[in-house]
Amino acid sequence: MSLLHIAILAPLLLAIFIPFVYKRFRSIHTGWFVLWLPAILFIYFLQYLPDIKNQGFVEKTFNWIPSLGINFTAYVDGLGLLFALLITGIGTLVVFYSIYYLAKDKENLGSFYVYLLMFMAAMLGVVLSDNLIVLYAFWELTSFSSFLLIGFWYTKERSRHGAQKSMLITVFGGLSMLGGFIILSLLTGTFSIREIISQAGEISTEPFFILALVLVLLGAFTKSAQFPFHIWLPDAMEAPTPVSAYLHSATMVKAGIYIVARMSPVFAEQGLWIWLVGGVGLLTLFWGSFNAVKQTDLKAILAFSTISQLGMIMSMLGLGAAALHYDHLSENIYMGATVAAVFHLINHATFKGSLFMVAGIVDHETGTRDIRKLGGLMQFMPITATIAFIGTFSMAGLPPFNGFLSKEMFFTSVIHVLSLDIFNLETWGALFPILAWIASVFTFVYSMMLFFKTFRGQYQSEKLKKKPHEAPVGMWIPPAILGSLVILIGFFPNLLSNTILKPAAEVIQSPLINEGHSFDIHISFWHGFKPELFMTIGVIVVGVLLYKTMPKWTAIYNKFPSSLSLNHLYDQGLVHTEKGSNKVTDFYMNGSIRNYMVYIFIAFIGLLTITIIKKDAFFMDKSDLAPIGIYEIVLTLIIVAAAITILMAKSRLTSIIALGAIGYTVALFFVLFRAPDLVLTQLVIETVSVALFLLAFYHLPKINRKEERMRFKLTNAIVAAGVGIVVTIIALSAHSNKLFKSISEYYIENTADKAGGGNMVNVILVDFRGFDTMFEIAVLGIAALGVYGMIKLRLSRRQDR
Amino acid sequence: MKTNDLILQTATKTVVFIILLFALHIFFAGHYYPGGGFVGGLLTSGAIVLLLLAFDVKTVKKSLPINYRLMIAVGLLFAIGTAVGSFLFNVPLLTHAFGYFTLPLLGKTSLHTAVLFDIGVYLCVVGATMTIIETIGVSE
Repeated sequence: MSLLHIAILAPLLLAIFIPFVYKRFRSIHTGWFVLWLPAILFIYFLQYLPDIKNQGFVEKTFNWIPSLGINFTAYVDGLGLLFALLITGIGTLVVFYSIYYLAKDKENLGSFYVYLLMFMAAMLGVVLSDNLIVLYAFWELTSFSSFLLIGFWYTKERSRHGAQKSMLITVFGGLSMLGGFIILSLLTGTFSIREIISQAGEISTEPFFILALVLVLLGAFTKSAQFPFHIWLPDAMEAPTPVSAYLHSATMVKAGIYIVARMSPVFAEQGLWIWLVGGVGLLTLFWGSFNAVKQTDLKAILAFSTISQLGMIMSMLGLGAAALHYDHLSENIYMGATVAAVFHLINHATFKGSLFMVAGIVDHETGTRDIRKLGGLMQFMPITATIAFIGTFSMAGLPPFNGFLSKEMFFTSVIHVLSLDIFNLETWGALFPILAWIASVFTFVYSMMLFFKTFRGQYQSEKLKKKPHEAPVGMWIPPAILGSLVILIGFFPNLLSNTILKPAAEVIQSPLINEGHSFDIHISFWHGFKPELFMTIGVIVVGVLLYKTMPKWTAIYNKFPSSLSLNHLYDQGLVHTEKGSNKVTDFYMNGSIRNYMVYIFIAFIGLLTITIIKKDAFFMDKSDLAPIGIYEIVLTLIIVAAAITILMAKSRLTSIIALGAIGYTVALFFVLFRAPDLVLTQLVIETVSVALFLLAFYHLPKINRKEERMRFKLTNAIVAAGVGIVVTIIALSAHSNKLFKSISEYYIENTADKAGGGNMVNVILVDFRGFDTMFEIAVLGIAALGVYGMIKLRLSRRQDR
Repeated sequence: MKTNDLILQTATKTVVFIILLFALHIFFAGHYYPGGGFVGGLLTSGAIVLLLLAFDVKTVKKSLPINYRLMIAVGLLFAIGTAVGSFLFNVPLLTHAFGYFTLPLLGKTSLHTAVLFDIGVYLCVVGATMTIIETIGVSE
């Protein structure tokens, strides 16, 4: 186990000690004991930058289950490192923020930091694992820890609802992804992602390859809140704000992005991949931004905004896959989409993290997050307002912030869709720039809403619970750091390009890199009068117009029927699944033993009949039959008569006696067939059991003791007849198909010599096969003790006394 | 009303011994003729049931102070003991041994470890039947 493994698992190890620390040092905020770890990890991962730049990757293997090919292979390359830095970096800031956000004496901090550290380790494990199964294990740990964090205030109904919803959706995706991983490993014979990538070309024609693609994408889409699985993210906003900032903007929701980026070299040759990733991303981008505008809760706006921005990154990754189809172009324009995706990933993490923290500050200082109640806060909290200004304007894609750069790059890549000529993209591809532009307009509108409705406008003191004031220093430092990063990246974007962007993009486009293509990343503010610049100007103009006229057109949101909304479908789906399964279960599990017997017998008849017909098993051979004598006929007639009497008798006593008659007749049959031991036993046992029947009869309750004939039921008659016929057919066929001689010859020969006996039956019972007898008497003993126990041990009666 | 079962009780006193003898006969003859532990046991309990019918439970318990549940255990112990005993002679489980010996009074007799096993069956059957009948009979 190398230092790298320890670094990945370090948060888990620290989590073990947190409860003790929490109990022992109540006077110090537990967060201080956590803060150092992500900071150290961040510095530790920074050290990998030169290695990655020079040699591409660092790999360390720790054998976990070698016999199954499951090893904890930690693998750091450009993409993994980028995510690791995001996780630890923003993790540090979030822990710092949470120290000031969560009250020391009111919240259960021990649990909070344990969950948070679990989550951190899980995320690091996801992005730094080369083994699919290990990746999946960490993936599910992110789902679980996220579930715990969303439901942190578990006494609130909405928290529990949100936690359950996110759990159901992400675990559904996670399990689908596991299916995809298993298919991939079956096709390639390995769990290692890199080895799968190296075989990508060979397996792409396999029949199950497309299924694997769809399943893996299901996992990525559910985790990254893509349409139509985005519905869990707005409900997850019930979590504490540091959690929303960390999980639901910067890290966990990007796990799906990570999977898509990581699996790109495997799947990107497929047209379906471009369409699904690009198309779904674009749809999510539009739908998220469109819905964000109608929200009134700050965090809900940010949630839909996150959905939309994730969609944007996703669609860029999809478009980046097109580069593989144009590897003949020396300057491949589609590779730019991949760079844009990675770049926007970083940008989004910075500004969205800071915006969530700002929302938390506003909530903390005013007591509400509802923008209808907020307004004019700028005068009270200037620092927060400045940070919010930077974040929202970057989100809207305005210069000079980093959002502007990535948005321009996004426009560049969607415009290039128009020149694609594969997979019908030349016709339907026109939707890409149009939808992207509309979505950007809405993004602009909600970004403006977020800033101006909160910090400008009329101050409504009567609607606020507290008098607002500036947040404490510790609370605005983390968002301020993120905000300054927004500006820093905005002005000097090329700081990142060679150290982080290039290695990460190269991982995503590794098939092309291997063919000698290379990235030449140069991000600049001013790229001339190109279409994307005019698109941005259009976004600003139309966006300002729409924002100014908002009250006039927001009515269109009410036009949309709520019965068709996805949340409604989800809720109704849950309700109906529950109702439906209840109904189905109530339908067949009705508690009546008669019904269950009917199921069992029908299954018996059905299965046996099908087997007989399929195998053509019915066969009758009359050559081996013994002659029938007059005694047998008479005895058979007696049995038949007695059996019919049992069915037809009005009195139960008659039935019992008829049953006894059958028993004695069977004993007579044994006489005829020369089985004296059986005769003796059968006679005695029949007597005993008839006596017991009579006992039961005697103790029947006096009420409801009506003597009446068994009622005729057609189903029962058919089932009974069916069972009889099937068993008869099987008996006849079995008798006619004797394939080898009976073993009884051996017994006949050896009873006297080897066992020293004369009665073969008894010798078989106690000697040849005494083992069976031993357990039969055990059964007898258990039955006796059971009767004894049932009669003597009457706990319910004892309680009554 | 107190009934007088003199005839039944007197007859029982005689018949029980005949049945018991017959049961013992059937039990010991089991290896050569129809019979064996199972039927022998059932007949023995038949004799005791006859006693129960003629007299009452208390009297029978006094004259036959047997714990039938213990009897089941002893019977099982016999059977398992015979089975496991074969390990002492380094042979597989439940391997029986027999031989012909000349005993005083009985003359040439075959002795067979299967009889020990059968005793187990016998005791177990008597114990089980009597436990059931007695329990049901006593319960109100």
